[in-house]
Amino acid sequence: MRVNFTVNGRPQEADDVWEGESLLYVLRERLGLPGSKNACEQGECGSCTVRLDGVPVCSCLVAAGQVEGREVVTVEGLADFARQRARSEGTRGSSGGPGASGTSLDEARAWQARGAGPHTGEGAELSPVQQAFIDAGAVQCGFCTPGLLVAADEMLERNPSPSDADIREALSGNLCRCTGYEKIMDAVRLAAARQSEEV
Amino acid sequence: MSSPKLPPAFAQGGAPTGAPTRITQGSKTKGGIGESTLRPDGILKVTGEFAYSSDMWHEDMLWGQILRSTVAHAEILSIDTAEALATPGVYAVMTYDDLPAEVKHYGLEIQDTPVLAHGRVRHHGEPVAIVAADHPETARRAAAKIKVEYRELPVITDEASATAPDAILLHEGRTDHHVGHVPHPNIVHRQPIVRGDAEQAAARADFVVKGEYHFGMQDQAFLGPESGLAVPEEDGGVHLYIATQWLHSDLRQIAPVLGLPEDKVRMTLAGVGGAFGGREDLSMQIHACLLALRTGKPVKIVYNRFESFFGHVHRHPAKLYYEHGATKDGKLTHVKCRIVLDGGAYASASPAVVGNAASLGVGPYVVDDVDIEAVALYTNNPPCGAMRGFGAVQACFAYEAQMDRLADAVGMDRVEFRQLNAMSQGTVMPTGQPVDSPAPVAELLRRVKAMPMPPERQWESSEGADVRQLPGGLSNTTHGEGVVRGVGYAVGIKNVGFSEGFDDYSTARVRVEVVAGEPVATVHTAMAEVGQGGVTVHAQIARTELGVARVTIHPADTQVGSAGSTSASRQTYVTGGAVKNACELVREKVLDIGRRRFGSYHPAWASAELLLEGGKVVTDGGEVLADLVDVLEDEAVEVEREWRHRPTEPFDLRTGQGNGHVQYSFAAHRAVVEVDTELGLVKVIELACAQDVGKALNPLSVVGQIQGGTTQGLGIAVMEEIVVDPVTAKVRNPSFTDYLIPTILDTPVIPVDVLELADDHAPYGLRGIGEAPTLSSTPAVLAAIRNATGLELNRTPVRPEHLTGTA
Amino acid sequence: MDFLRPASWEEALAAKAEHPTAVPIAGGTDVMVEINFDHRRPEYLLDLNRVGELHEWEAGEDSVRLGASVPYAKIMEHLRAELPGLALASHTVASPQIRNRGGVGGNLGTASPAGDAHPALLAAGAEVEAESAARGARRIPIDDFYTGVKRNALAPDELIRAVHVKKADGPQQYSKVGTRNAMVIAVCAFGLALHPETRTVRTGIGSAAPTPVRARAAEEFLNAALQEGGFWDNGKVITPSVAKQFAQLCSAACNPIDDVRGTAGYRRHAVGVMARRTLTWTWESYRGARNASKGAA
Repeated sequence: MRVNFTVNGRPQEADDVWEGESLLYVLRERLGLPGSKNACEQGECGSCTVRLDGVPVCSCLVAAGQVEGREVVTVEGLADFARQRARSEGTRGSSGGPGASGTSLDEARAWQARGAGPHTGEGAELSPVQQAFIDAGAVQCGFCTPGLLVAADEMLERNPSPSDADIREALSGNLCRCTGYEKIMDAVRLAAARQSEEV
Repeated sequence: MSSPKLPPAFAQGGAPTGAPTRITQGSKTKGGIGESTLRPDGILKVTGEFAYSSDMWHEDMLWGQILRSTVAHAEILSIDTAEALATPGVYAVMTYDDLPAEVKHYGLEIQDTPVLAHGRVRHHGEPVAIVAADHPETARRAAAKIKVEYRELPVITDEASATAPDAILLHEGRTDHHVGHVPHPNIVHRQPIVRGDAEQAAARADFVVKGEYHFGMQDQAFLGPESGLAVPEEDGGVHLYIATQWLHSDLRQIAPVLGLPEDKVRMTLAGVGGAFGGREDLSMQIHACLLALRTGKPVKIVYNRFESFFGHVHRHPAKLYYEHGATKDGKLTHVKCRIVLDGGAYASASPAVVGNAASLGVGPYVVDDVDIEAVALYTNNPPCGAMRGFGAVQACFAYEAQMDRLADAVGMDRVEFRQLNAMSQGTVMPTGQPVDSPAPVAELLRRVKAMPMPPERQWESSEGADVRQLPGGLSNTTHGEGVVRGVGYAVGIKNVGFSEGFDDYSTARVRVEVVAGEPVATVHTAMAEVGQGGVTVHAQIARTELGVARVTIHPADTQVGSAGSTSASRQTYVTGGAVKNACELVREKVLDIGRRRFGSYHPAWASAELLLEGGKVVTDGGEVLADLVDVLEDEAVEVEREWRHRPTEPFDLRTGQGNGHVQYSFAAHRAVVEVDTELGLVKVIELACAQDVGKALNPLSVVGQIQGGTTQGLGIAVMEEIVVDPVTAKVRNPSFTDYLIPTILDTPVIPVDVLELADDHAPYGLRGIGEAPTLSSTPAVLAAIRNATGLELNRTPVRPEHLTGTA
Repeated sequence: MDFLRPASWEEALAAKAEHPTAVPIAGGTDVMVEINFDHRRPEYLLDLNRVGELHEWEAGEDSVRLGASVPYAKIMEHLRAELPGLALASHTVASPQIRNRGGVGGNLGTASPAGDAHPALLAAGAEVEAESAARGARRIPIDDFYTGVKRNALAPDELIRAVHVKKADGPQQYSKVGTRNAMVIAVCAFGLALHPETRTVRTGIGSAAPTPVRARAAEEFLNAALQEGGFWDNGKVITPSVAKQFAQLCSAACNPIDDVRGTAGYRRHAVGVMARRTLTWTWESYRGARNASKGAA
């Protein structure tokens, strides 16, 4: 079947979709957006969290056909999404998502640890929560990171000054196996603090 | 944007016995060792661009699927692949009979694992056939059409059934190097450690405690599932993009089975979504390569979570029998113990796990009279192998429970009792090996005990009980009823690096050259970055040693020599050491060039000790002699070298004596828990850790490792266990619905106190850190639960039924 | 596999009539797991996401008509006053992401004994509004809805349109035991509702019998005890012996199994503990409200 929907502000069309495919599979394997991760495919880990019409959901549990005509924001569009939100509250706008499929081998071969200086977060166009995850050491293997970022960003949108218990509750659907969550807590607190200083 | 305060990385400790490392070269260079520099892959990871192994994609690629055995132990009578092959969209179906080379088995140490089952399956989920098709669903449907006829065999599930006189042999005709010293061919390896005379010493004991402990099977549960992409190459070889812990070990096992020389199997490390030991063995590597070579097309294989539970080895479950004795003034007299590890159907890392369990079986204590035996079994249970703290984790759970019981028997405070018996630098291990670097066991206990206690009843608020802070959490099971607090302590010892005479080395290629008017260092190793932050540390080492600001980390591949495994807490030590060594050699060459070019202009080129700092050659007095850019001009200086730590030796097979380990790592925990004693639910309130790290190359990463390791230990304590049916040997909970790992609501505050006492034998004095926190976390939580409930609790994980008498 | 995308309730009913084997999918939180793990390959998937009315709710005088697809997150947010037991149950469902997608219709359709909503619906009192193109709508009392392990009273051509849940006329509570503090399937669960208007108490037990069940003997005992002691009027603290016997009867209402999530013995025990605690919480709340209203009067 064919599915038309909007991803990170850009209209997308996926063809020859098998009816049992999930939104996650379509994003990763058909639209070249592998940022949403395939850790459990049973809604128990949150690594595939995206926003569907603004609401955080596990994209592994959304049938591809169910997103027809709807809007999806993935980690790839998070920085743009946050920027547009900062510019004008409530506006969900377009971004330039990648057009090609998957991670090509050329890209994979060309992988190089980026960043010249010791603090490689500097100068990059990131959302506050993305920057905070880097700064606070909340990223290790990074496989849970995209889902956590989408969930944390949405929580901070709703609740700009969360208590620790609020953060834990909001992120209780996102498993991380590397960090013990402490640095993730630090990152969200940091993002909240920076956000409140900006206001 | 101003910069809000980051939480303090950790409280810097003093140096009661030993001293921190002093660094001269590079101490003025920004972003060197000792700083919390940020991950070089951080931006890619937060933007979703980082290419994990499951993200690989290639035009025209096929999807591989594995058909696995539905029973644990059976003869295969027949396999019919005709219908699967006839399915539209299917490009290949392969079984054992289609394997191209003479070599059809692989294994880390013992090559006992069939690439595809041959006439027999030995565990639930063993690969039987593989399929390549144009869509994963097509591959799945085709695999389901393969007809396998099994004749089931009796299952071997424990020591009794494994060593019974009429037991079926898991592996007939063993020829491996352990078969000569094991008491039964269903025992992979046996290691006794005998020192002094435990029998005689037992007579001196005023108090003796005996205990039997059971440790459950833990899963690594890395979040990135096993996956990779194999691309056939024009020369008849194959290029594999893979998530692994050790590229060269994979290569050594893959190439012979494909019938290819190693130089025709190229491997590039793809992004690794965690490992924790579970990627030390092969999973889908060979299968993807076989299908790619057979079809001439790129083949991608991605396990789902269900398959992942069958696709990698787990932590050995264990039965541990201990006897400890002490005099009435609290000195340990002796330890006797027997540790039975279930290795499952194939050997994997079982021999090393046995070696660790035996040699570290008494823990970080001074005991002169010791009688230890550790064995690993072959059974029909899932294969077990490496997982963070392998062997030492199981032992620590048991000996720390024993230490509490013995302290109680003697009538001493549990922490003081440990401190009284704590080992220190100079202590001789049960293996006869003296500990020749700081071993601040008593100090770590002191520190963890000195941390302020978390406030009581934090769940109380003006609006009533906040269930999120109570046992049961969001499930709303208590508003304070039945809740009792408990506190527990534990400390552990882990060896660092590959032990027992293994040639444990790493290779680094370092290059420095001028790019765009700036000196740039490139570090190329085959080290698997699995999340631990090795890439961060390599860049720091290069900055420190070469005084440059810009460092490029080359992707890890097999175009450079082996880096050894990302396991056993060894990578910062060994590959870090290799990078340091290569940088030093590069530095000497650079200085030689400088002397050649500029030596005549300034006497200091010949007389002074020269350093590279901030892109310049300077004297140790700080005088600038030249810019690196001017020294190098168009020249690139490159060095590739292997680097080894001090050699170790095997343990004597009869007595266990030998200098088997190169370094030890120590951590202590204090757990504070609140237990709903009526419902048997546990909330860990705080899990404080003190650890000696020798030298924190990257304090932020160090703390992250300690907190992560601590949390995996918490998981074993209260929830994580692969449940294997004792009758069928089938896995009962292969999913994240029923194999539970801690969520952020299960994980407490984890304050970390880091001690830095240099090990003079190690680069920068550093100590491998990744595993030690996983050891003591579990027994500390168990001790706290015992403290809250008064129950004995001799198994882990402890489940609600164990706390409520309803098991 | 075919993917059916009805745009309206009528179209959905027609599709279900034409393809009775079609598996309805709304939040997808059950169905997609089965598809992803290759446990199920339905001939047709019937997507209900486009039927907007299923996401709506309406509070009437006595009950709330809750659309089958109203996500748990909305129930927590908007129906805490009307349906406190179900709101508490909703809060224990899986994770925030799942609560944003899953709804009561899915719990009822799957009819797993571990579904989190069931004990709350049983305790509150509810009717399931089911409909088929051929026979029109009917209301199935919740007590008659669960017919076996993962089986319910729906006919093959029927779909769940809504649930009519009685609005709370007194305090309600819900507890669930899992071996993790979040994102966990129930080892067992317990719902309790006080109905001061009828002077009755209703219960619901999850995951401790082949189907969700009420502890009827326990309810009858407690109803009688409260009546006899004049508790509804005097607002006294429930005596420990009454609470204890109520808890024992709730345990006795269980018919659990040993499985990988817990033992039968534990489930019986835990249901008793939850019964006693939720009774205490609801009764204290009832007394508090009663005393407060007295004080105000």
